[in-house]
Amino acid sequence: MASLSIENLTKRFGTSVAVDGLDLAVQEGELVALLGPSGCGKTTTLRMVAGFLPPTSGRVLFDTEDVTRLPAHKRSTGMVFQSYALFPHMTAAQNVGFGLEMRGLGAAERQAQIEKVLKLVRLSHLAARFPRELSGGQQQRVALARALVIKPKLFLLDEPLSNLDAKLRAEVRIEIRALQQRLGLTTLMVTHDREEALTMADRLVVMESGRVRQIGSPRDLYDAPQDAFVADFVGRCNILAGRRESETQFRTESGLVLSVDIAPNESKNANAFALRPERISIQPGAKGDLHGAVQAVTYLGSQTEYHVRIGEEIFVVIQQTPDANEPLASVRPEDQVSLHWDRKSPRLVPQTSV
Amino acid sequence: MPASLLANLTERPSFNRVLMRTLVVVAYVIIFAPVAMIVATSFFAQEIVSFPPPALTWDWYLNAWDKPEFLRGLVTSLQVALLAAAIGVPIGTAAALAIVRGQFPGKQVIGALLLAPLAVPGVVAGSGLYMFYVLAENALDRDIKATTQGLVAAHVLLTIPWTVRLVVASLQGLDRAAEEAAANLGAGPFTVFRRITLPMMRPGIVAAAMFSFIQSFENLDLSLLLVGPGRITLPVAMLNYLEFRIDPTLAAVATVQILIVGVLMVVTDRFVKLSRVV
Repeated sequence: MASLSIENLTKRFGTSVAVDGLDLAVQEGELVALLGPSGCGKTTTLRMVAGFLPPTSGRVLFDTEDVTRLPAHKRSTGMVFQSYALFPHMTAAQNVGFGLEMRGLGAAERQAQIEKVLKLVRLSHLAARFPRELSGGQQQRVALARALVIKPKLFLLDEPLSNLDAKLRAEVRIEIRALQQRLGLTTLMVTHDREEALTMADRLVVMESGRVRQIGSPRDLYDAPQDAFVADFVGRCNILAGRRESETQFRTESGLVLSVDIAPNESKNANAFALRPERISIQPGAKGDLHGAVQAVTYLGSQTEYHVRIGEEIFVVIQQTPDANEPLASVRPEDQVSLHWDRKSPRLVPQTSV
Repeated sequence: MPASLLANLTERPSFNRVLMRTLVVVAYVIIFAPVAMIVATSFFAQEIVSFPPPALTWDWYLNAWDKPEFLRGLVTSLQVALLAAAIGVPIGTAAALAIVRGQFPGKQVIGALLLAPLAVPGVVAGSGLYMFYVLAENALDRDIKATTQGLVAAHVLLTIPWTVRLVVASLQGLDRAAEEAAANLGAGPFTVFRRITLPMMRPGIVAAAMFSFIQSFENLDLSLLLVGPGRITLPVAMLNYLEFRIDPTLAAVATVQILIVGVLMVVTDRFVKLSRVV
């Protein structure tokens, strides 16, 4: 395994800039996820690292080797494609063996390695099947095995879970992460699914319009987003425009006064109040200074989501679903409730045009 | 059986469904009636076809077997069709690759031109080729018209539009990611083409070969002016026979022809599902 360095990487298509001066270092054994909406440049970046697209400028290095001009087939990366891209005319075993064959391994040695890696992804019994005879989840594991067996310098995942159903996705997510950690794979992953990124990655890179918005651990990005775009993209968030009024207060554009402490790295341009829905506590009755009418109550199983109108603002609150005998359980739309939060929970961040 | 399924089965079919089914049956009858008629006639024991036949007989098949022009025509047609397909399919495939994958000016125009022979009536193309062959013979001082080579060259023109169309379709439906995956696993461009692209194009190429063969095998109009003595194709031999007689011998020959094409399609379908390619 190698480390990956991306230096000032830029890709232009005609006049449009897909990736704009991207810098990123992925340590050996680390899983970094590029996260962003479609068209943010994350897939373009991955394709430049794999060697499918030549960058307009900038460099890509594996360890200290500059591979910017190296064609894809000489880069030794192992990529899992969104569509899996299995070879339809080859069996699972032949698919897995293809990369070994390209490396000039003999039939016996190939066979041994194919068996080993298929066992690793628990597909030994399906080695002789063709891709069309496999389920989506099984095809995905063949694609994983095919990329892993060549012992790549870098493991690349392009939206690896997007074609799986929700239940399988949660399982495979854990499986891939466990495999990645056990084998110490240096991994660059692309996803637009924040849950996938938050649960799998050591570090996240939130991208928008070809630029990096923020790089950090899932916790950093979730708890301390640098701007409203990041706050909104890595999780649900109440974002209210306005300005800081005092050391403990924020006034929204509609005149609502909310309590908030100053975070050590708060930006001078902060003009938005950001607060996660689960950091708000809710009580029945118009008791505190912040109260309003419930708009909607949505039962989500273990959690319940409330929409509360206070003045002109709507707050989204997510709470553990209360027991049936708690007063909160009987709250219905139009009922009055009051909201509270720890003053340290909200962050003031710059608004961004999204 | 669940109640809903039962209700579905016993429900009176709607007017639309009945209409739809009727139309489908009518369409199939219109398509297959002439074919069925030819096959049936070939067993009728009388020269002028009337219904019901007085008796059934193999005589017309024996009669056809006795006429050397039919057997020779069949052999010539098979030879020409095989050669035309063998030459036309690789050329058409290469052209399809260039059209789909290449980046060059006039790509669209060339793509359209390659399909154009489909729009030219065979007799017109045949006459044009005849005149062209005469000019070429004078210039090169060698026989072209009425030779097998000349005929095969003409039939290659029949096979190219079909090949281009089918192979272009199969290339457009091909998952480029599989090629990228192969490159990712260490395969250079030529290996990717040989090991991944070409096998994935196979259904389109096999279908193209089959249609090319059939196009050539049953072609009459383009061949009319280009065949030479002793090198007559089966359809032309049938037309010649028709000039002197009308009897079910032709139906017997046509039945054999239909059988060959039918067997070819069934065999091809075993290798590639034609309904998926065409």
